Amino acid sequence: MRKQEKKGDLVINSVIRITGYSSILFVVLILFFLLREGLPALSSTPLSAIFSTRWYPIEGYYGILPLILGSLLITIASTLIALPFGIGTAVFLSEIAPPWLRDILKPIIEILAGIPSVVLGFIGILVFAPFFRNFLDIPTGLTAFTGAILLALISIPTIVSVAEDALNTVPNSYRQASLALGATQWQTIWDVTLPAAKTGVLTAVMLGIGRSLGETMAVMMVTGNAPVMPLQLNSLFRPVRTMTATIASEMGEVASGSQHYQVLFFIGITLFLLSLVINITASLVSTKARQRSERLLS
Amino acid sequence: MMKATGLNRAKIAQTVGFNLLRLVTVITVIPIIGLVAYIVISGAPAISWEFISSAPSNGMREGGILPAIVGTLYLTLGTAIFSVPIGVLAGIYLAEYAEENILTRIIRIAIINLAGIPSVVYGLFGLGLFVLFLKLGTSILAASLTLSIMTLPVIISTTEEALRSVPNSFRVVSTSLGATRWQTVRRITLPQALPGIITGIILGLERAAGETAPILFTGATFFLPQLPQSPLDATMALPYHIFVISTQIPGMPIQIQYGTVLVLLVFVLGMNLIATLIRSRARAKRQW
Repeated sequence: MRKQEKKGDLVINSVIRITGYSSILFVVLILFFLLREGLPALSSTPLSAIFSTRWYPIEGYYGILPLILGSLLITIASTLIALPFGIGTAVFLSEIAPPWLRDILKPIIEILAGIPSVVLGFIGILVFAPFFRNFLDIPTGLTAFTGAILLALISIPTIVSVAEDALNTVPNSYRQASLALGATQWQTIWDVTLPAAKTGVLTAVMLGIGRSLGETMAVMMVTGNAPVMPLQLNSLFRPVRTMTATIASEMGEVASGSQHYQVLFFIGITLFLLSLVINITASLVSTKARQRSERLLS
Repeated sequence: MMKATGLNRAKIAQTVGFNLLRLVTVITVIPIIGLVAYIVISGAPAISWEFISSAPSNGMREGGILPAIVGTLYLTLGTAIFSVPIGVLAGIYLAEYAEENILTRIIRIAIINLAGIPSVVYGLFGLGLFVLFLKLGTSILAASLTLSIMTLPVIISTTEEALRSVPNSFRVVSTSLGATRWQTVRRITLPQALPGIITGIILGLERAAGETAPILFTGATFFLPQLPQSPLDATMALPYHIFVISTQIPGMPIQIQYGTVLVLLVFVLGMNLIATLIRSRARAKRQW
């Protein structure tokens, strides 16, 4: 009986072990199939043509610079908007709010994380875009700015939850020591708690950037989809086009294996690599911080 | 005297700072409540039995959204079939089996990456692997597989976290009574961690149910006169349907749009609510 159970264990143990490794397999598979479909773009389209400033596939222009800059513009703008609200809310929840208020506010912010981006895009079209058009007196409300506002809403829950976790891991003795030295609660937050949680807060910001960069539907629906170089001062208040929106809106209409198809996959490779860099950096930053705090506390 | 002004200044700074943080939090939270309330109020008049039980007609401008609702149910179920067993087992591996070595670090980096890959890139991957290479076509199966891989990191991480929160003494006692590692997992740690794991599964599936980009080229279709008959059929889905009726169809009645958005929101936030309830009930019942 006992032996039989041990044998059964052997099977389930190896199944668990193999499944444990599967994440590596999936990442490799994703990279492989992106490269398989996207790398041929380099032979059909010279690099200089890919990294040029005109995206107009119907006439054979496959310059992805406007798309990259469009993504960057919206990501930077949304991060600048989300940062004060995300970090501010995290500090309020972790340091100031009484427990009962925290128990009400946290689920509300989790609700925002659960709202599908297509729903936010829908609200963007119907509410935000007309509002900004009238308020800012611009020809169309479908602009980079409207997209940035939606992206800020999308990345705020990520920033709040990661930053709040980081603040919660700051040992209470730090706060007590600071207060005992006569600092006010505000000075303690500003000069002790926040600096101690610095790396965690940085991780929060990077993950927020990652979310903004990869977001597709909301951005596609509200940014007007004009693949122009956003280099003017007022570009933020004009239509743009991101990398994600380009893939989503054009992939459905291209023949598989065509030059257009390959370049869209090439954009996918670019997005994959960008998210790889952002996420690995974010996780390295937080592991390093954890090691340091373990050393300090031991 | 100097000291007193300094103290006063610090106190004023604190009052100003705290109120600023309160304001920032209010500005963050109010739009969320407003958004949900707005959708509920605008969408409620469109909801009727006919709306959720009949197919669209007259080029989507009349009728209901039944095929989209059923499609989203199929996709969510299909995603669960693949992602739950793999995700839970992989979570068990990380929490109970893995040693802290280079391989485990690589696995963790891989999971972090899976969590960060943009949803539209999952769509490309699904198109390349499932639709074209494995020749599944644009189908419920291809879309479910794509969504499964996207959902995995959520399920793996929450499973691992739930198992790790079970006190180590449980394992020690079980092992000392002669149980093998798997027996300990199955009889002791897994049941203890179950509410946490279920919460993670629901939250992962919730995200899959609301996604549009990964199913754009792998399984979603504009319009289907009848319900899908097999896993190899393409399907309508609520998120994609919202995209279609709000951007692709001119003269679309606004009522139907709000109604569809409300149905998706109820579906998704309903899952969210269930997950929250399971979590808080388990916390209240927990004896450790």
